[in-house]
Amino acid sequence: MARYFTEEHEWIDVEGDTATVGITDYAQEQLGDIVFVELPSVGTVIEKGKDAAVVESVKAASDVYAPISGVATEANAALEDDPALVNSSAEEDGWFFKLTIADKSQLEGLMDEAAYKSFVDGL
Amino acid sequence: MSDDHETAEPQTLPLDAWHRAQGARMVPFAGYWMPIQYQGIVAEHEWTRTHAGLFDVSHMGQLLVSGEGAAEALEALLPGDVLSLKPGRIRYSMLLDENGGILDDLMVTNVTPEGGTPTYYVVVNGATKWDDIAHLREHLPDEITLTHLEDQALLAVQGPEAANALRRVFRDAMGDLKFMQGTAFRFGEIEIGIGRSGYTGEDGFELSVPAEHAETIAGRLCAEIEIKPIGLGARDSLRLEAGLPLYGHDLSPDTDPISAGLGFAIGKRRRADGGFPGAERILSLIENGTETKRVGLTLDGRLPAREGALVYLGDEEVGRVTSGGFAPTLSHPIAMAYVASTHAAEGTELEIEVRGKRLPARVASMPFVPHRYYRGN
Repeated sequence: MARYFTEEHEWIDVEGDTATVGITDYAQEQLGDIVFVELPSVGTVIEKGKDAAVVESVKAASDVYAPISGVATEANAALEDDPALVNSSAEEDGWFFKLTIADKSQLEGLMDEAAYKSFVDGL
Repeated sequence: MSDDHETAEPQTLPLDAWHRAQGARMVPFAGYWMPIQYQGIVAEHEWTRTHAGLFDVSHMGQLLVSGEGAAEALEALLPGDVLSLKPGRIRYSMLLDENGGILDDLMVTNVTPEGGTPTYYVVVNGATKWDDIAHLREHLPDEITLTHLEDQALLAVQGPEAANALRRVFRDAMGDLKFMQGTAFRFGEIEIGIGRSGYTGEDGFELSVPAEHAETIAGRLCAEIEIKPIGLGARDSLRLEAGLPLYGHDLSPDTDPISAGLGFAIGKRRRADGGFPGAERILSLIENGTETKRVGLTLDGRLPAREGALVYLGDEEVGRVTSGGFAPTLSHPIAMAYVASTHAAEGTELEIEVRGKRLPARVASMPFVPHRYYRGN
């Protein structure tokens, strides 16, 4: 399984034709206490660069843009009851949604963990 | 240019380095770098409700209005009863335009020394202070002196343990104040003005201290076990729970004191005699009612409705949210909105549209979280 990162602070786990998407620990730290996560319903066609989810923190609402295109196959139900899971476990239990990957070439050019880390260090 | 302060690089406040050393995340706000949070908004919010928080509000404008006739001069610009305000007392009021629109809301304290020249200490909002100062300079008579206390920092200490902690530091020097009372005292060589008021709904104090001593005082206060520094984020969620309006969001020149639910700030004598900007219109609104009202709304679930969200009754648009967010104390979202007066009764079931979804909302009495001001005994 490969994990990719975007400059918009999302992570993407790729397993075969399926990807799991979440936001990074850096992102949750920036957003602060998360009180609600709006996720795409199953079957939603997701387009790279368009809104895919919304994170509501105490402070503000923030859009999460789709890092790749595909069709949503599952939303993390655990976030409904416990959105703070994104704060406590952004890169594991606090995943957002899964999707089928429409075009694997969209993964090209995304960062790996080391590259993302130096990207964040440079911010 | 008049709007330089809005577009220019944010300025730093006296406690800038101190905030950064405390681990604050700094953001530009009202023309200054200000701490939005230290540990996290919810943790800071809860700390303030249970212990005490130190808020740096040095961005706010601290003004002195003095001279023979200062009270009368202020009464010509705001609807509050200044003439009856005794030395050492604080009152909430508003600067109004000629139409009765709200230019700013403010706190005025009578700080006249015994037998001295009438003097009023006025605290105005940071984002509006330059406009306020221009307005006051234009409208106050020449014999009244307006002084901008630019070298004073302003620190708020708020929470149920604030009084105990402050008393441990300042001992008897700070006097025995009740809510909306103020005094001045010396702490060593430092002259401190103190008022028992705030913006969280909790008991608390605001301290005006010389900028050069702000770090000393902030450090000394935060050495007390009850007091932690709190950022702007929690300041906003605390004031929202307390039902306190925020200028520029819940109040503006397009709103008037009566629609805003601030009629309490217009005393009996002023209602009878008028003599403040927009008095004719405002007195008529008191008499005949307003088209809209600022109300509290409580929402189920967890999805907050933010400023700008529209409020519906069925298909009819009946209002607009002016402040909204998640209430940490209540664990559900709350909002303030201006709603048609016909649909503003407590308990009215409405809906707020958020990203195309209708969220059920109920008109609720404010404050959402009860005030705990100290009024004696």
